[in-house]
Amino acid sequence: MRKLTFLAAAAATLLAACSQQGPGESSPSAASTAGGAAAGGKPVIGLALSTQNNPFFVELKDGAQKAADSAGVQLVVVDAQDDPARQISSVEDLIQKRVSVILLNPTDSSALAGAVQSAQRANIPVITLDRGVDGAEVASHIASDNIAGGKMAADFLAKQLNGKGNIIELQGVAGTSAARERGKGFDDEIATTGMKVVAQQPANFDRAQGLSVSENLLQGNSDVQAIFAQNDEMALGAVQALAGKNKKVLVVGFDGTPDGKKAVQDGQMAATVAQQPEEIGRLGVETAKKLVDKQSVDKSIAVPLKLLTKE
Amino acid sequence: MTLQMNWSRASTLLQRLGSVIGLVLLFIVLSVMSPDFLTTGNLLTVLRQVSINALIAFGMTFVILAGGIDLSVGAILAFTGAITAGLMASGHGMVLSVGAGLGLGLILGMVNGVLVSWGKVAPFIATLGTLTLLRGLTLSYTQGSPIPVTNQGFALVGGGYVANLVPLPVIWMFIAFIVCGFLLRGTVFGRHVVAIGGNEEAARLSGVRIAPMKVAIYGLSGLLSAFAGIVLTSRLYSAQATAGQGYELDAIAAVVLGGTSLAGGRGWLFGTLIGALLIGFLNNGLNLLGVSSFYQQVVKGIVILIAVLLDRRQ
Repeated sequence: MRKLTFLAAAAATLLAACSQQGPGESSPSAASTAGGAAAGGKPVIGLALSTQNNPFFVELKDGAQKAADSAGVQLVVVDAQDDPARQISSVEDLIQKRVSVILLNPTDSSALAGAVQSAQRANIPVITLDRGVDGAEVASHIASDNIAGGKMAADFLAKQLNGKGNIIELQGVAGTSAARERGKGFDDEIATTGMKVVAQQPANFDRAQGLSVSENLLQGNSDVQAIFAQNDEMALGAVQALAGKNKKVLVVGFDGTPDGKKAVQDGQMAATVAQQPEEIGRLGVETAKKLVDKQSVDKSIAVPLKLLTKE
Repeated sequence: MTLQMNWSRASTLLQRLGSVIGLVLLFIVLSVMSPDFLTTGNLLTVLRQVSINALIAFGMTFVILAGGIDLSVGAILAFTGAITAGLMASGHGMVLSVGAGLGLGLILGMVNGVLVSWGKVAPFIATLGTLTLLRGLTLSYTQGSPIPVTNQGFALVGGGYVANLVPLPVIWMFIAFIVCGFLLRGTVFGRHVVAIGGNEEAARLSGVRIAPMKVAIYGLSGLLSAFAGIVLTSRLYSAQATAGQGYELDAIAAVVLGGTSLAGGRGWLFGTLIGALLIGFLNNGLNLLGVSSFYQQVVKGIVILIAVLLDRRQ
């Protein structure tokens, strides 16, 4: 009998404790929801993130949160930890919570169509952020132009290396549109120069994998002048792989995360194609607010990229 | 002897009630705290979310009851899901593809059983090996990209409804629950599973054929994982190369929360269902309450730790 009372009491206490702590952490307005009805008629917008284990999406969330605070809407954030099945579940939870709009940052382009359709059946418009969803119409898609970004990185390397040299490419999670488009923009542009991608392998947008994959590829290819990583996390892994090696290799990343920008300033990375995740988050919330106010929105909103180098 | 039986029955009963009352309390707390919780739509949604984990956890219950562990369930799910979707993508019919996926899951599970029984490899290591192996095979088969599902009939397996209300995965979960429950309680097979987990040497001496039993137990776990993989693939409209990562831990958590002892020999299938529901309602409730996802993991971790600690005190 003790066991059951303990377990039940513990679960109940934890729940109570967390619903008071959690909101304080993310949004001051969420506390009132924990008590019951949606906060005093404030519109509630749901944000389904792919993962918070990547500073990029944390910045996106921060941008969204700031915009939500200043627009006077409540933001409820759910995190899929990069698992599409978990993301479908959390989108369903947002539908059950009857949020006004769902901002969806999909874990994957192919798996979320069903979840988007269920939201639409419940008359909740969906806006996709950063990655698109195949097989479902959304109210708006807000993302950086990844193909243009890949091309930017290739042009930068062509200029730095006078159009000659061998390149290693670290790819993102296979199947994501970001990995596909950045790779395509980069590879197509490289093909027009005298440079060559001598090795390419996925390191899944992850710093630790970026390190080990770079070590392996550098071991197998001694004559390399540049590494292009499809995000900054992998680029920073590559920087570590190069540390201690007496070799001049240009590392170019993508995203412009705080760590990435710092590495560019310190000269460890040659450049990063900076996205503006806060801007994506901000535009997401503002576009959602327009939908709440029954205004029309653009089907596709491109967030500009910029190449950051050491000045 | 009779007295002892009665006593052990009474104590198991008490222990078993724990998870049920835990669930009921959680249910009440969530109903009070969130106005969106206690609706038919939300409850059915949670049941559907739980179904994948429950299917895997049912198989895991047999393995853990027999004193083993199966870490390869998530990898079997991903591999069989990919093969099923791949067969359909290359023009094979739905029945054949699903049959092949289920058959493959059964065989992969039996391989685990052979490694554990005849190979005398510790279950933790054997299934860790097959986990890694199958993850690699899945990645090379899919080339890392999702395999889309175009077969409309197959899309219903995980996405369809009965009477326009009850999601099909929920029906699969209950059918699997009844079948597995019967296997465990109503057959010699089930009694032998518990006997092996209680005391393997004693079971062997009283005539239980340990090795074939283990092959069958891990085979059942593989079969149910494959079934979960097929339902998930249908639900996602695609087979994901990285599907099911960490699902072994969710399944083990459901089994343990349900009051089945990790040491084997003691436990019940109904508890596993309750354990899976506990995890599902906790996930759902924390999302409805808008709790930061960082704290959500903390809460789940603490709940599991408490359950295991209480299990040790018994």
